[in-house]
Amino acid sequence: MSTVLLRATDLSRTYGSRRGLFGAVTKVRAVNRVSFSIAAGETLGIVGESGSGKSTMGRMALGLEAPDEGQVRFAGEPMPASGSPAWRAQRARMQMIYQDPLGALDRRLPVIVQVQEPLDIHRIGDQAQRLRLAQEMLARVGLSSEQMTRYPHELSGGQRQRVVLARALMTRPDFLVCDEPVSALDVSIQAQVVNLLVDLQAEFGLAMLFISHDLRVVRQVSNRVAVMYLGDFVEEGDADDLFAAPLHPYTRALVSAAPVTKRSSGQARIVLTGEPPNPADRPGGCSFHPRCPLAIARCKQEAPVLRSVEQGFGRRVACHLVEPSSMPNSKAA
Amino acid sequence: MLRYFAIRFGRAAITIALVVTFAFVVLRLSGDPAQIILGPEAPPEAIAAFRAAWGLDDPLWLQYFHYFGAIAQGELGRSMRDGRSAIELVVERIPITLALTLPALAIKLCVGVPAGIYAALHRGSLADRMVMMLSVAGFTIPSFVLGLTLVLIFAVKLGWLPSGGQDSWRHAILPVLTLGIGGAAVLARFTRSAMLEVLGQPFIRTASAKGVPWRDVIIGHALPNAAIPTVTIIGFMIGTLIAGAVVVESVFSWPGVGRLLVVAVANRDLAVVQCILLLVAATMVSSNLIVDFLYGFLDPRLRQTVGKAA
Amino acid sequence: MSDQALPAAAAQKVFGRRWPGQDMPLLVKIALLWLVAMIVIAIVAPLISPFVYTAPNLRNRLVPPGTLPHILGTDELGRDVLSRLLISIRISLLIAFGASIISAVLGTTLGFLAAYFRGLVEQIVLMLADFQASMPFLILALSVLAFFGNSLGLLIGLMGLFGWERYARISRGLAISASAQGYASACRQLGASPMRVYLRHILPNIASTLIVSMTLVFPEVILLESGLSFLGLGVQPPMTSLGNMVGYGREYITRAPWIMLSPALTIVCTTLAVSVLGDWLRDKLDPTLR
Repeated sequence: MSTVLLRATDLSRTYGSRRGLFGAVTKVRAVNRVSFSIAAGETLGIVGESGSGKSTMGRMALGLEAPDEGQVRFAGEPMPASGSPAWRAQRARMQMIYQDPLGALDRRLPVIVQVQEPLDIHRIGDQAQRLRLAQEMLARVGLSSEQMTRYPHELSGGQRQRVVLARALMTRPDFLVCDEPVSALDVSIQAQVVNLLVDLQAEFGLAMLFISHDLRVVRQVSNRVAVMYLGDFVEEGDADDLFAAPLHPYTRALVSAAPVTKRSSGQARIVLTGEPPNPADRPGGCSFHPRCPLAIARCKQEAPVLRSVEQGFGRRVACHLVEPSSMPNSKAA
Repeated sequence: MLRYFAIRFGRAAITIALVVTFAFVVLRLSGDPAQIILGPEAPPEAIAAFRAAWGLDDPLWLQYFHYFGAIAQGELGRSMRDGRSAIELVVERIPITLALTLPALAIKLCVGVPAGIYAALHRGSLADRMVMMLSVAGFTIPSFVLGLTLVLIFAVKLGWLPSGGQDSWRHAILPVLTLGIGGAAVLARFTRSAMLEVLGQPFIRTASAKGVPWRDVIIGHALPNAAIPTVTIIGFMIGTLIAGAVVVESVFSWPGVGRLLVVAVANRDLAVVQCILLLVAATMVSSNLIVDFLYGFLDPRLRQTVGKAA
Repeated sequence: MSDQALPAAAAQKVFGRRWPGQDMPLLVKIALLWLVAMIVIAIVAPLISPFVYTAPNLRNRLVPPGTLPHILGTDELGRDVLSRLLISIRISLLIAFGASIISAVLGTTLGFLAAYFRGLVEQIVLMLADFQASMPFLILALSVLAFFGNSLGLLIGLMGLFGWERYARISRGLAISASAQGYASACRQLGASPMRVYLRHILPNIASTLIVSMTLVFPEVILLESGLSFLGLGVQPPMTSLGNMVGYGREYITRAPWIMLSPALTIVCTTLAVSVLGDWLRDKLDPTLR
């Protein structure tokens, strides 16, 4: 693959949450020593249940939140401190798409003004140019010129998300983090927005970190996919390989639960049992073992590490039951 | 439990410290404290002695500490009008003021709270609208206007009651009424909205849906919960027992703490003003503390966390 | 987020293109009319007052109302009560508006600073707010006046310290919830400076709530100023204000009650009008406020 745009090394983030006014502080480890890299123009999909730490990871990738441990490097440089002038200037190169487009837009300003705002902030062009560029971008994402002067609440959910997308692309960024960008939309609209996103990615040569719990959407958008469970990457690999032959028991359960048109008769649906994961109360050993249908004694004592395996290119799995790769040092590209 | 009390006490201490700091800063900004406290006719030796005693030639931070120390020992200076100790002057006025504010507080509680509860229980009725109208009037009519109106009616036109002074219990009627009516209106409004909020809660609907008699629902569930916000405002009223009658005492020439304060301000009798300021702060802070502790008993959620932390 | 959305959308309806005159209750219309009249009077008072408000006329002392040319009568020095009333409205409103604006700006700024810096700054702001809320403001104001003497500028500044803690609490709370999620954090992610986020985005979004708070503080400022002036410690003669007129009229309550009646009535009507308007606006814009 081509040059690495963003590289995250051993990212960890722990939140302290207090129970009640005077309760003891409980530590919640949202992200646990996660490493990944994204090449220019490439999309890494992140799949996981809510509470798996995927949004926290997206925020750390953007430098919105500083990791407790580990480091994020963008274009070879370490991430500046959140809110610093260098960080603010860097926003022109990396942007975010939110789950709730209505919440991400200012209700008191017409959308054209908001789409123009990144150019105002980063002082690109003069007033007339900014307006023209904003109009062009809004037209590109499919808004009519009449819709451009409306307020966010006067648009439909899909149109709002197009506006957010247009705003994010105004400064021609290299990197986009999409945090559940379509899960708040009607299913009929989702496909349109996803298609638009894929088109725009190709057109602008964007690298993306695409976070979603929806396997179909992730599969459609991503080159590579990582599966998160309680702050850990449990499996990572090429999107098609991973969905075609999931190795980790959790991934298998996810894939089997996803609604697909052709399920081969041999693949029964795996239903996960036990409590849904609670990041405040991580089980010892492999964090998935209480729900794992295949768990053995070792899983309770020893946490598996993410290791390369033979199946597929750059495939990594964290499970004691999956045979490790015979090739040493075959790290993900 | 300890932690809860420690936090409340800490806050109270901070408020007192802020008031003392406020007095210190204002005193320092307004000129030479020795001259101000002792008065312009004070002999130079007295000023020198005062400066030495209060350490006015020390650096500012040291003076600040000494100021705290002096106040802790009750050294609050002397009135520049008659040379008497400021604290003595103020303390002898306290019962005179309480003679007005205590009966007024009784009126507020006996009229305001039942009126608020009644209005909430009969929401939208004529009585409710009357209570609301009166309470808006209570908010918007200044006490001196209310007081003078009462004087105009009961003293000037009807001649039933004296218009001012402190010679007999009859003199207290109009000022007590003035204080009581305004406060009752405020309290009625608070009680009503607290009660309405509680009545809208799911647990009240659940209780009445379960078939608990409405009367028991009100007494057993609604009132204790509505008491929490109401206690706050009552606590504030208790805190203003000493300072809350400044305007009314002036209207009726009632020689209480408030009247003393107004005269002291007009004469720039700073020792007395400072003494009253600290006294008011102390009463406010202690009543706030009492309210905080009452909260602990009234609010089971708080009680639980308090218990857990212990 | 959704509870901020409502007032914002509603505010647009009220202050924007569509003015819903028809769903305004009669009482609110009267209140609005009264306030507009008061503001107009405050602006043009020197032009429309029939006499010079300080001019004594010892031959026409204590003339009862209705005697031309003194429509509202004269006071103990023979000064025209109507002229004094008009000027008093001007002074009292000047103080009330000036003080309300100062306290709104001060409180909102402190609230934003607390929301932006959090930590120590926030604790200090909250501590000061607690302090202010727990002390009767009249006593603090009297102490300052005792130490510093009096002037109109000092009085406005002093009144401007009243009520700031409410704006500070509200703006802090709303700014924190806005910047934790939603449009403000989205804007921050665009690379906007904190100034831009707070002034261009958060402030307009919480303005309706702040305006409602202002209508709650405003009558109290009028009452406070008139109380101080009534005590003879606020506006000083020869300048006059509504409370001041009532205070001096009290001496003549038996012989000439009209001296204090018209300013007293004006105070009550004005505070009542602002309260009525404020209640209506609050129901309209922000039902979450008490």
